[in-house]
Amino acid sequence: MNKTVRLWVLGVGCAGVALLFVGAFRRLPEFGGSHHPYGARAVAAALHRHTANVVSSVNFDQRSFDTLGEQAILFGAVLGTVVVLRQARDERRVPPEPAVVAPTVRRYALVSLPLTLLVGLYVVAHGQLSPGGGFQGGLVVATALHLLYVAVDYRALERLRPVPVFALADAFGDVAYLLLGLAGLFAGASFLANVLPLGTFNTLASGGLVPLLNAAIGIEVASAAVVLLAQFLDQALELVPREGEHR
Amino acid sequence: MTELPVLLGLLLATTAGTAAALTRDPVHQALVLSVLGLALALLFTLLQAPDVALSQLAVGTVLTPLMVLLSVRKVRRRPREDSPADGRGGKR
Repeated sequence: MNKTVRLWVLGVGCAGVALLFVGAFRRLPEFGGSHHPYGARAVAAALHRHTANVVSSVNFDQRSFDTLGEQAILFGAVLGTVVVLRQARDERRVPPEPAVVAPTVRRYALVSLPLTLLVGLYVVAHGQLSPGGGFQGGLVVATALHLLYVAVDYRALERLRPVPVFALADAFGDVAYLLLGLAGLFAGASFLANVLPLGTFNTLASGGLVPLLNAAIGIEVASAAVVLLAQFLDQALELVPREGEHR
Repeated sequence: MTELPVLLGLLLATTAGTAAALTRDPVHQALVLSVLGLALALLFTLLQAPDVALSQLAVGTVLTPLMVLLSVRKVRRRPREDSPADGRGGKR
């Protein structure tokens, strides 16, 4: 195929997609309208289950099976990264030399580390009440730990986050979600059914299964991000090709 | 006029997205990508989707650019180590 033919094939494909797009968008309700058939039902269901944050109710109650799939994707992605970026036979570890950190940077990072950690845990714990949840809060927690690398050096970070422990925690969060789902099955309802007492609306202990699933996801996402970044940091800072073994 | 903030947010996101696509150097691109993540987070907030904005902020602004930067560092270091010249100083 020469260039002209390829461009024609591309043009036909683009025209087809454009046609379908326009056709699909013509039937969409207007932007910012007041008619939300799905939203109205989701809000009603969330209020019925005493979950103040409707998005959390959708993610961890009404469509919690979808979230199970999403967290499995994350788990698989991290597993793949760990396998691909492992220390190969022709690589060796060279501990990076500590760099000089500017005092202001160190002070800022050491002050913001516990604050960021607290914010992350807060976001995980309040997923059923306010915007956020296990996924967002977990990422904030993982980011907070890495402020130690900014403040001190890589060895300090390595001491704070033993990768095997976080890999185990990742698997634990994954399995916890599954087991919490099975609890619904054993309670006589269905998989991932919200069978726990729903609690008082807009308090920390409300929403039944939602805060527990949020915690499981929080553990999984935080450890997944830590393990993922550990692989990348190891590759960028520590692992070098072995001398005298060029391919 | 109530849609003006959303329009401005859309404009910002498209500008940042185009800039990210047009930047050639991966290191600069990672920084522009982080700006794009910030613009998208702002847009999601304006569209009243704070949950998505939070995810976008964590993933698009922090995690992805950081992973790009670390990958670039790893890829760039190779040739210097393999080169026959004596310049083996730049380890850190």
